[in-house]
Amino acid sequence: MVPKDLLMKMFYYLRLTREAESRIERVLYRQGKIVGGVYVGRGQEAIGVGSAIQLRPDDVVAPSHRDMSVFLIRGIPLKQIMAQYMGRKTGVTGGKDGNMHMGDIRRHVIAFPSHMADTVPVAAGCALAFKRRGEDRVAVCYFGDGATSRADWHEGLNFAAVQRLPIVYICNNNQYAYSTPLWRQMAVPNVADRAINYGIPGEIVDGNDVLAVYEATARAVERARRGEGPTLLECKTFRMTGHSAHDDAFYVPKELFEEWAKKDPIARLSEYLTARGIATEAELRDVEARVLREVDEAIAWAEQSPYPDPEECLEGVYAPPA
Amino acid sequence: MPVLTYLEAIRQGLWEEMERDERVFLLGEDIGVYGGAFKVTEGFLERFGEERVIDTPISEAAIVGAAIGAALVGLRPVAEMQFIDFISIAFDQLTNFAAKCRYRWGAGVPIVVRGPCGGGVHGGPFHSQNVEAYFFHTPGLKIVEPATPYDAKGLIKAAIRDEDPVLYFEHKYLYRRIRGEVPEGDYIVPIGKADIKRLGRDVTILTYGWMLHKSLEAAEIVAQEGIEVEVVDLRTLLPLDDETILSSVAKTGRAVIVHEDTRTGGIAGEIAMRINERIFEYLEAPVVRVTAPDTPIPFSPPLEEFFLPQVEEIVQAVRWVANY
Repeated sequence: MVPKDLLMKMFYYLRLTREAESRIERVLYRQGKIVGGVYVGRGQEAIGVGSAIQLRPDDVVAPSHRDMSVFLIRGIPLKQIMAQYMGRKTGVTGGKDGNMHMGDIRRHVIAFPSHMADTVPVAAGCALAFKRRGEDRVAVCYFGDGATSRADWHEGLNFAAVQRLPIVYICNNNQYAYSTPLWRQMAVPNVADRAINYGIPGEIVDGNDVLAVYEATARAVERARRGEGPTLLECKTFRMTGHSAHDDAFYVPKELFEEWAKKDPIARLSEYLTARGIATEAELRDVEARVLREVDEAIAWAEQSPYPDPEECLEGVYAPPA
Repeated sequence: MPVLTYLEAIRQGLWEEMERDERVFLLGEDIGVYGGAFKVTEGFLERFGEERVIDTPISEAAIVGAAIGAALVGLRPVAEMQFIDFISIAFDQLTNFAAKCRYRWGAGVPIVVRGPCGGGVHGGPFHSQNVEAYFFHTPGLKIVEPATPYDAKGLIKAAIRDEDPVLYFEHKYLYRRIRGEVPEGDYIVPIGKADIKRLGRDVTILTYGWMLHKSLEAAEIVAQEGIEVEVVDLRTLLPLDDETILSSVAKTGRAVIVHEDTRTGGIAGEIAMRINERIFEYLEAPVVRVTAPDTPIPFSPPLEEFFLPQVEEIVQAVRWVANY
């Protein structure tokens, strides 16, 4: 049984993620305050929340582009994330990169490159270091269904499996890689089916049920900490938006959006909390109010932040001379 | 001072670094039980154990990717490409992940990716390539290629201690053919510093790797004709040592750039341009280059010999600029 404070924390991060991304995608982007690509994880928030919320601060996470919640849970301040999206000096990467292409080595958060599955062998390397030093840390690596067709995904999973590394691979299978549906990406019905090729467990999880994700991740993390090697979790979900903010997803049948709207992870958790008498409507409204306030404050702070000096373009390519 | 082969010098440098620093470990294909395709890491498994000498699947992207990950959490990986040609599989990991980490989010990636490059052993199109130009264009990477045992040991140590990703290209033709004095114990050849291997006043040859040795031969030949050639061994290709390059060429007023890599987009073009931009008024002759032609490197011995720059071509280029 998950204790109430943890459930409330999950609810908070689900709501915070949804609100922050909605503002980014539907307000700030459309106002021209955010330029470039905007990719959100609407409808998929339970995957990051249910998994990252239980990790230790010294575990490594490698979030993908639809895992905003993971950055938030790891303690990267929302105001710095907003500044990141706005290209400000105070953003997580100081304007060197945009949107969810951010990392923080002190918080053990690895930055995502646009090249899908690049982090799959990289996270394995982190896990290799943990194993070598006899640490009981784990690495958790996130990606979408699309990434599983890439060569680095195969090489990384195989390497991690052969070395029995302490790592959990979490796929958000949101059914589409940009406009390409699953059946055009793979000839097996489930991403989890691929695990057998590597001799590791593959488990299908309801990715819109934060508690199911929490429990499946807990098992996989414990397995990893015990030295029993990697697990592949396939969290089935749906991308309730286009690939990016400019994409209206005309190629997705409307019925699918309607069907998956009924499985919304936030509505499900709030129903669970109220129906079981774990939390009152008023308590949930308090969380909503707190989220709105925090997002407002973060945006205001970011908007007041300066842009980087143009010459900063030249800085940071190499380590400064010793 | 002990005399070692080029290969033994690399091995000694690696060995000493692993003795010195617990964080250093090796990963690659057939480097453990087999000791590496060229036996560079022979005996390492017995001494350092399989936790630090890791035989991997044939997965160059995973080898480099895992090295990056281990480096991000505090280790000092040295990844071997069995032949440097196979680094193309890891191109993305190197150019997009390793090279951009520091710039994007301030995370240093202190990895070394090393492997045998170059022709002369009839390896054919996939075991003979020189790949520096692919990576020379990538800010964030460093590239070194030693030509002597002394530099081989000093540069592998410098590469391992560097805070940024370093590609270390070792020329397979030199592995057992070149011997030289190598000090016992610790010393560093700094990355970013070229070395004048022969002093001269008339013409500067700028070169590296196997071509250093051919250039030195050419310099001997033209010396008998009264042309004194200064031979600069670049040693580090990225970042180039502008100071040494430009001061030598400013002194002689004549430059021949020699590389085994193919011509178009090879680094000779960049060096020539820097000379043009910075010291044009010192030049007594056009800058010329001696390179392989723009073809894949062929297998059959007469074809490969035709492909590789020869001493005679260097001699002719030197005479041409000297008499311009």
